[in-house]
Amino acid sequence: MHIEIDEIAKSFGATTALHPVSLAIPSGALVALLGPSGSGKTTLLRILGGLEFPSSGRVLYDGQDATGMSVQERRAGFVFQSYALFRHMTVFENIAYGLRARPRRSRPPEAEIERRVTKLLELIQLPQIAKRFPSQLSGGQRQRVALARALAIEPRMLLLDEPFGALDARVRKELRHGLREIHDTTGLTTIFVTHDQDEAMELADLVVVMSMGKIEQVGRPQDIRARPATPFVREFIEA
Amino acid sequence: MFDSTLNEPFLAPTERATHKWRPVTEESPLVRALLIAVALGGLAFLVLAPLAVVFAEAFAKGALEAVKSLAKPEALSAIKLTLLVAAIAVPVNAIFGIAAAWVITKFDFRGKAFLITLIDLPFSVSPVVAGLALVLLFGSNSLLGGWLVASGFPIIFALPGIVLASVFVTFPFVARELIPVMIEQGRSEEEAALTLGASGWRVFLTVTLPNIKWALLYGVLLCNARAMGEFGAVAVVSGKIRGQTATMPITIEMLYNEYLSVAAFSMAGVLAALALLTLLLKTVLEWRHADQLAATRRH
Repeated sequence: MHIEIDEIAKSFGATTALHPVSLAIPSGALVALLGPSGSGKTTLLRILGGLEFPSSGRVLYDGQDATGMSVQERRAGFVFQSYALFRHMTVFENIAYGLRARPRRSRPPEAEIERRVTKLLELIQLPQIAKRFPSQLSGGQRQRVALARALAIEPRMLLLDEPFGALDARVRKELRHGLREIHDTTGLTTIFVTHDQDEAMELADLVVVMSMGKIEQVGRPQDIRARPATPFVREFIEA
Repeated sequence: MFDSTLNEPFLAPTERATHKWRPVTEESPLVRALLIAVALGGLAFLVLAPLAVVFAEAFAKGALEAVKSLAKPEALSAIKLTLLVAAIAVPVNAIFGIAAAWVITKFDFRGKAFLITLIDLPFSVSPVVAGLALVLLFGSNSLLGGWLVASGFPIIFALPGIVLASVFVTFPFVARELIPVMIEQGRSEEEAALTLGASGWRVFLTVTLPNIKWALLYGVLLCNARAMGEFGAVAVVSGKIRGQTATMPITIEMLYNEYLSVAAFSMAGVLAALALLTLLLKTVLEWRHADQLAATRRH
């Protein structure tokens, strides 16, 4: 799905989290929102997912105005920073949650739910863990379960907030490839937030560098490396 | 200078392994024994002894006398009234408490600190003052109370007043238990459920409620114990009409003042037994769901 951000601004009381920013994200792209903490990247992601509403500006999905669309209607697969798995449910129930939450007429039958969850567990390469609880999983496994749960609703886009933030270096590398593969098989427009420039440069087709609630530069990783547009970008990618 | 110890052989491995070091957070055996003695002594003197005395006094003239005193219509009416008041006040406060905790932890708004203070108010106000306030508000001398009495719905010296007083006094228990738990859990699980398409009500039933159910249970048990045992506020609003508005604690006091010690302590025994029953219920639930309780702790 093609996403357009048109002059979106957001303030929380007296503090401005986002100055008006505009950005076009082509369908099927893997995009990184890169910036230090407080740069407004997570706020922008949450606005796209419908978890916050902008103070001004519009969000367009495939050219249609989606600014006031509710979070449920958006069908954005969202992976949270700490994964936010439902701790009292098994992995199976976590992944099935979105399917069971559907209105009765579009809810798949139990056998179909089981088939889909099993398929997703195979996709994240953890077919054995359906009966476990989140507290019994490693950090890397939790992240993949969160990804499977987001994919279960057949989302129109995938939004990830610091998906590798809480993992150690080796697992992080492994899961980067995992995300790339899942993106390539599903073809979903995927946007992830990160403060790690290596991660953004290695994984993304398009990198959006942000600072202080503004977009500093948008470009392919190699272009940003070769021609940083502002002193901030130069300093940030060299750090 | 030559240090002779340098030439001594090292200790044999077995000798080295036998020395046991005390963990840094552990006290010396003497201090430990002292602390245990203080804790157990305090428990025996302050909790177990009074409880034992209650039952001993109740059965002073035999079990038959105790049962007989409880079978009197006035005693039965007091027990029924107390159970009825708890059965109304506890669910009401469970709903109020969940709503208050939800508002405080899931939303940011002006006056939040004031609301938290307001929830605690019943803890700091004397129950007698609370009872008097209800009398002033709803008594037959007040404008509102006069109208209510005239329309055949008296609050003071009747069941509604006793319920109101109990609700006021036990208001903070559920909210106080829930707020820290809900703050600690944050909003992200609810947000995740919303992004997966769940409605607000479904999120509450399938995500929020399971996560707070243990805190809710503790809050409800505490609330129940206090609602059944409340004396001060209820004494003021009930009018202490025997067989009508006298709850168990009030009946106990009246019987005791009339030197009917078997009757007074029998009823006190029933009240204590009800409290012990709730404790037992809590322990059984914890024991039956121990694995689930461990799994739902923060991961």
